[in-house]
Amino acid sequence: MEEVQLGEEDIDKATEVAPALISVHPFEKSVVVALGSELRVFDLEGDCSISLSDDSGGPGHSDSIRAICFDASGRLFASAGDDKLVKIWMADSWCCIRIVCADKRVSAVAISHDGSFVVFADKFGVVWVVSLDGDGESQALCAKKPMPILGHYCSIITTLKFSPDGRFVASADRDFKIRVTIFPRDPLKGAHEIQSFCLGHTDFVSCLAFVCPSDYPLGFLLSGSGDSTVRLWDFSSGCLLATCEALESNETDKGNHPAVTDISSSADGALIVVSIQSFHGVMLLNCNFSAKSLSVAKVVSMKGSYVPTSLCVSSLAKHLWTVMGASNQPSSGTTQLARVRVCSISRQDGEDDLLVLEDNDTPGGEKLLSKLQGSSDVTEIESMLVSTTSALNSAIHNLLTKKQYSSEKREFRKKNRNDRKQKQ
Amino acid sequence: MLNNNEKAHHNGQSSRLPRKRFYRARAHSNPLSDSHFPIPISPSEVDYAQHFPHFFPPEMCDQDKCDAPIPKVRFADIGCGFGGLLVSLSTLFPDALMIGMELRDKVSEYVKERILALRASNPGQYENISVVRTNSMKYIPNYFEKGQLSKMFFLFPDPHFKEKNHRRRVISIQLLDEYAYALEVGGIIYTITDVEELGDWMRTCLENHPLFEAIPEEELEADPVVELLTSATEEGQKVARNGGQTFKAIFRRIAFKE
Repeated sequence: MEEVQLGEEDIDKATEVAPALISVHPFEKSVVVALGSELRVFDLEGDCSISLSDDSGGPGHSDSIRAICFDASGRLFASAGDDKLVKIWMADSWCCIRIVCADKRVSAVAISHDGSFVVFADKFGVVWVVSLDGDGESQALCAKKPMPILGHYCSIITTLKFSPDGRFVASADRDFKIRVTIFPRDPLKGAHEIQSFCLGHTDFVSCLAFVCPSDYPLGFLLSGSGDSTVRLWDFSSGCLLATCEALESNETDKGNHPAVTDISSSADGALIVVSIQSFHGVMLLNCNFSAKSLSVAKVVSMKGSYVPTSLCVSSLAKHLWTVMGASNQPSSGTTQLARVRVCSISRQDGEDDLLVLEDNDTPGGEKLLSKLQGSSDVTEIESMLVSTTSALNSAIHNLLTKKQYSSEKREFRKKNRNDRKQKQ
Repeated sequence: MLNNNEKAHHNGQSSRLPRKRFYRARAHSNPLSDSHFPIPISPSEVDYAQHFPHFFPPEMCDQDKCDAPIPKVRFADIGCGFGGLLVSLSTLFPDALMIGMELRDKVSEYVKERILALRASNPGQYENISVVRTNSMKYIPNYFEKGQLSKMFFLFPDPHFKEKNHRRRVISIQLLDEYAYALEVGGIIYTITDVEELGDWMRTCLENHPLFEAIPEEELEADPVVELLTSATEEGQKVARNGGQTFKAIFRRIAFKE
C-alpha cells in the first residue's frame, strides 16, 4: 500500500496543497479567484481589477483559502481557510466588513438566503454560525461570537450549501454522508432538527448543488463524490433518485476512481456541469426530473491538459467559469499562476450547450485573465500547472480518503501510542 | 473448551453459553479511531435476515409476495456491553426487534455467541435480539431510518473524565441531534450512570436540547423498563453489589416547538 511508504511529513506537505477556487457574482458583476492565500477580484461591470482592503491590511488571507462564496443576492462575499479566519466582504465596494475567528481551520463556508447569517465548517466536523445583523453597539457581544449549530462527528466537512428557499442547510463530509438540516429562524441556538440524511455514496462527498426546476418548487439536491458518481436526491426524504457514473465503462477496469471535484448548475437544473479529477475539461449532465434519471449528456474537453479545480455558473446562467490551479507552486517571489477558462452557455431546443471561449472572447478579456491568472502567458501557465496536478490529486485523497492500514502497520502504530503523560 | 464455542457458530447446535473469560476486553475503546469493520451504506442495506432469521425467513425475500409490513428494529442498546439488557428486554417485548451496538470486537463476539446459545436452548425465544459491531457515534444514520426507533438505551457509558476527552462522550448536544433523528416523536431515551458528574452532564445535555423533554416521575414508575436499567446489566449489578448510587436521565423525544 502506498500509504506505508510515504513518510508522515510527506503526507502533511501533500495535504497543504490547496486547489484554486473560482466564484462568480450571481449577476456576473464580478469574478473572484482564490489561489493559495490570495484573493483576486475582477470587476466585470467596471472592467477593471480590484485591490482588496481590510482593516488588517492584508489582501486576502495569511494561509490557503479553502472556501469562497457569494450570497444569493450578490451583496456579500465570504472567504475562509487554513488561517482560521472567515472574512466577509461587501461585494460592491470590496471592503471587508467582518473578520470571524474560528478555532480550527475552516473547510467550507456558506451565506444564508437573506444574508443575515454566515455558516462555516471546520476540519473537526463542527458547523458554526455567525450573525451579520446589527454590527452596531446595541447588539449583545455574545451575538458576535460564532456558535456551533451542528456537527458531523469527527469528520471533515467538505461543503456547505443552503437550499434556494433558505429553509435547509446541507452539509457533506468525508464519511460518505450528506446531512440536510432545517435552518431555524434563530440559528444561534443551534440547528437541531435533521430533515434527512442522503446516504448512498461509497466514498467522500466532495460537492453539493441544489436545483429547483419550475415543476418541482421544493427542489432537489445533487452531489458529487470520490466514488466517481453524481447523485440526485429528494432531500426532504433523503431518498436517492438517480446515480450517474461519471466514468466511461472501460475506465473502471483500471481500478482507480477519479473523484468528482466540483459541481455547478443553473438554478432550474437545466444545466449541470461537473469537473472530475484527471479529466481534461468538464462534463455536462442531463437530468430528467420527472423520469428521475441522471446521465452524461456531453463531454466538453478543453485542450492543454486543463483539469478544472473549481467551477461556477452564475444565476444568469450565461457563462460557465472554471479555474485550474494549486497553491504549492515553487515560490521564488513571483506571482502564483492559475488558468481560467470560460464557456458561454447557449440554449437550443430546450437543451443547453457549452462553447469553450478563446481567451480574447472571454468577458473581461485579457485584463481579466491577466489579473485572475497572474499572467497572460498561457504557455508559461500551462507548463507550470502540469507539475502541480499530481500533487493536487494526492492532496485530495490524503485528506479525504480514510487510510487503510494493514494489520501489521496498525499494530505498529498502536505500540507507539503513548497513553502516559507527555514528557515535556 | 473452545471447541464448544466454535460449534455454537453452526446454527446454535451447542446451547452452552460462552465463557466470559475468553472474551475479556478493556472497558475502554476509542470512538475516534477510524473503523475497520463493514458499515451499511444506508438503512436499506442492513442485513435483517442475518440478524433475525426467525422474522425474515427465505420466503420473505421475494418482496412481491409479501403483503405484511416488514418489521424493523425498534429498540437500540448503544454500547450494549455483554448483552444483559437485551436479554432481559427480549422476553418483555417478544414482538419488538432490538439491536445492540458495541464497539469492542471481543465483546460483540461474546454477545453474538450468547444470543445463539440462548436461541438454541430456548426454541422460539430470543429471536428478536441481535448485536452489531459498530461505532454508534458515527453510524447511527446508517442503521436507522428517521423516526424508526421507539427506545434508545445508553447504560453506563464511558465517562471520559478528562475535560479534553469530553468530546468523546456518547451523549452530547451534537450527537443528540442524530439520536433525535433516529427516534420517533414520543420515543424514549434512557440513560443511566454511576458517575455523578456524567449523570449531571447527560441530564443537562438532554434538558438543553429542544427535541427532548423530561418524563415525569409518575410515568417512569409505571414503565417496566426503568427497573431493568439497574438490574439487568453486568455493570448495573456490579454497582448494586458495591452499594453505589446511580443517576438516571430518561427523556421523551418531542416535536420541535418554536
